[in-house]
Amino acid sequence: MSEMKLYEVFIRAKSGLNHRHVGSLHASDAEMALMNARDVYTRRKEGVSIWVVESKHIAASNPEQEHEWFDPAEDKVYRHPTFYPLDKEVENM
Amino acid sequence: MEQALYQYALRLADSSLTMGQRLAEWCGHGPYLEEDVALTNVSLDLIGHAQMFYQIAVDLSGETKTADDLAFLRDAHEFRNPLLTELPRGDFAYTTLKQYFVDVFNLHLYQALSQSNHQPLAQAGKKALMEVKYHLTRSQAWCERLSMSTAEAKQRMQQALDDLWFYTPELFETDEVMRQLADDGVIADYASLKNNWQKQVEALLKKCQLELPASGWVATGGLQGEHSEHLGYMLAEMQFLQRAYPGCEW
Repeated sequence: MSEMKLYEVFIRAKSGLNHRHVGSLHASDAEMALMNARDVYTRRKEGVSIWVVESKHIAASNPEQEHEWFDPAEDKVYRHPTFYPLDKEVENM
Repeated sequence: MEQALYQYALRLADSSLTMGQRLAEWCGHGPYLEEDVALTNVSLDLIGHAQMFYQIAVDLSGETKTADDLAFLRDAHEFRNPLLTELPRGDFAYTTLKQYFVDVFNLHLYQALSQSNHQPLAQAGKKALMEVKYHLTRSQAWCERLSMSTAEAKQRMQQALDDLWFYTPELFETDEVMRQLADDGVIADYASLKNNWQKQVEALLKKCQLELPASGWVATGGLQGEHSEHLGYMLAEMQFLQRAYPGCEW
């Protein structure tokens, strides 16, 4: 077990949707990680495609910087595209 | 001929049920969580295959029995699986190699059965084939991993091969009636099954650098209902609930 690595698992629920992060698992390499992901995360027909990536390859923002990074966006409602009228023909925006 | 096909359906069903039950014994004992879940997934697939083949047997028998009756209310001498599938689960290498042998066998078996001119068999063969392809991907990957990793894993794989090899010829046993069914396009041709199986298995063993044992006692008897002592213990556990509380449902 000492040679097992941690992988993050992403599942595409159906054709056309994005892969979404669903969890993580242990495996010795990518091939095994894909099989383990299939067996652990798609038992109830949750998906049609799987991505796995070794967790160490994911660069993450620092939780301690959460406020300085993300709070400035809080009071800038004008960035939401809601200040102009949409044509009737445009259904999904 | 219906009686012969009934016996054949039992052979398919009993083989899958005993394999499935042995894999289910790993539940909670897998080497790590992900593999534990995977082993029991395969177990459930195999029990599903057994259910399909028991249903075919029921439909052929003309009796009012159910698939559950065939699984839970027959004694060891009435089972038609080869001895290989009833062997205790052993260590992980043993389970893996046994699974690989049976997966390759099932792959070729269900490929042939999906061409059967007996519609229910052809349908069941197609459904099972889809699942077996994944089983084989898994068991083959594990055979390679174990054989090509540490000295202990390699040694355990070799031990498993020594212990299991002479149980495999029984997979291909046939009799006059089965040859007739094969000639009529109802069931698989077991001579060509054996040929395909041997080529594929021996190629993998070579790749894994595992040595075939030279000679040994060759298992037989399962198809006549003459089983090892292991089957009785397995059935005692598996059938306990239906025997103690007949008709119990939940």
